[in-house]
Parts: sequence; structure tokens; C-alpha cells
Amino acid sequence: MKNKIFVIIGFTLFIFCFIIFYKGLQKPNIYEPLLEGEINLPNFTSYDFFSNEKIFSDELIKEGSYYIINVWASWCAPCRSEHNFLMSLKSKNFQLIGVNYKDNKNNAQVFLQELGNPYSKILSDKNGTLSIELGAYGVPETLIINKNKKIIKKIIGPINDQNFSELLKIIK
Amino acid sequence: MKKLSIFLMLIICLNNTYSFAVDKPTELENKIFKNLRCLICQGQSVYDSQSDFAESMKIVVRKNLKSGMSEKDIYQFMRNNYGEWVLYDPEINKGTYLLWGLPFLFFLIGGAIILRKLGVLKR
Repeated sequence: MKNKIFVIIGFTLFIFCFIIFYKGLQKPNIYEPLLEGEINLPNFTSYDFFSNEKIFSDELIKEGSYYIINVWASWCAPCRSEHNFLMSLKSKNFQLIGVNYKDNKNNAQVFLQELGNPYSKILSDKNGTLSIELGAYGVPETLIINKNKKIIKKIIGPINDQNFSELLKIIK
Repeated sequence: MKKLSIFLMLIICLNNTYSFAVDKPTELENKIFKNLRCLICQGQSVYDSQSDFAESMKIVVRKNLKSGMSEKDIYQFMRNNYGEWVLYDPEINKGTYLLWGLPFLFFLIGGAIILRKLGVLKR
């Protein structure tokens, strides 16, 4: 009788493990962070890319309008490919803020001269700390900030047709 | 002799600049680095990695420590930015109680089986 109980317990444990591992197998093994709900935009201080003036996040980003923060660098090839999307955003009703990530200033300026400057403000992030404070993973990355100063979407990697249309839907 | 002394002086100078350039991490810093996952590396902590991401993360941790944040505050800060996954040592909560509880459960069940086999639990 007792043996039977152990067999049943063992069997249910086996089934339990089987289900867990089977479900685990179906999951994609590339980790892609999901943005759970909305994240408050952290406070930060940074420097202007052109004038090197100190900039506080409270002065730059205010409640009541949408902002898009785009992390880019001249050495990053995918940034080049997404630049057309950013250029087409230029006339829309929000501010596009660039974060120049671990870049050489001259190269970055050449990059902007060549492909155009879609940003209303560019912050320089020489040692990558600003992007960590913003919760970015690397370049390119795009954060959408809503009217309540909350990050509502992160596009990790270059903007493509699919997430570009999603982005336009959010900021109508 | 003169050449040798100049050479030695040069080595001493170089050594000094080197020790100034590399800021040795403190024990607390290392402890925090080891508990933070380098999110763009595969299976490495910030402590292990020398990627751009990890190096920036180290600077941010140092900066935050200097500004008076505690170890827990820093974990909370990183969790807010990157989610639970960034920590190697997750806290007990709704999503992780199975993770923490299952080993104990298995330990108890396994122990019961062994004790039973050994005849200790037999009356």
C-alpha cells in the first residue's frame, strides 16, 4: 500500500517535471526583455553633444508631450540603416532626443552631416552611463516616453517597418 | 650605472601611473558586480565581463555607491531598469517562490524516501 503511494507520488513528480521542461523547450532561448507595464523615467544629468552644457532631465523632458530617446553611435552599422526612419519622424508632434553612445565627436558630426540630423537635442554619453541609467542595452535602441514621463516602449535594435508602424500608432 | 638607475626610475614611474589608472574595486563593489548579470553577454556577470555594457554598468554602480546608495538600492535601481533577470540572486516574490521552495520540497521528499528505504521510518 505504502509502495503504491510512493509510486504515485513519483509518477506525478515525473509528469510535473516533464511538463515544466517541455514548456521550457518551447520557449525561445534568446532572451528578449519584456517591458512590463510602464517604467518611470529616471532622473539623470548629462551634457549637450554640441555645446557641452550640463543638462538636467527635468529641464529637458517635461510632462505633457511625447518624447523619443534614440541611442546611437557613428560606429554602429544598424544605426545607419534606421536613420531614414528617424529622419521621417522629424516633423511629427514630439521631440526626438539623441543619445550619442561611446562615440568620437568628429565621427558623430560627420555621420550627422552625411545622413542628416533628426534630433532636437543630442546628449553625449561618453562612458555609457547615461544609457545604463535609462535602462538601455546598447546601440541602437529607442525608448518611447509618454505624457506622464513614463517609458512605455523600448525598441531594442534597429527600427524596422514593423516596429516603426507600432511606434507611429503609439504617438498619434 | 646611470643608465640602469634611469631605467629603474622609469619603471617605477610607469608602475605608479598604472596603479593610478586602474581603480581597484572594493570588496562591496565586487560583490555587487558578481550579482549583476551582463545582459548582452551569455552567462557572464558584470564582474566577469569586459564588454561595453558591463564596463558602463561598473561605472554606474560606483557612481551610485559614491552618491550614498546602499547595495539594496542599487539592486532595486537595476531591477527597475532591466527587470528581475539582471540579478543573479533574485528575491522571494510571487514569481520566484517556486524557484526558492522547490529545492526544499525535493530535499524533504528525497529524504523521506531515503529514510524509508533505510528502514528508519518503519515501525
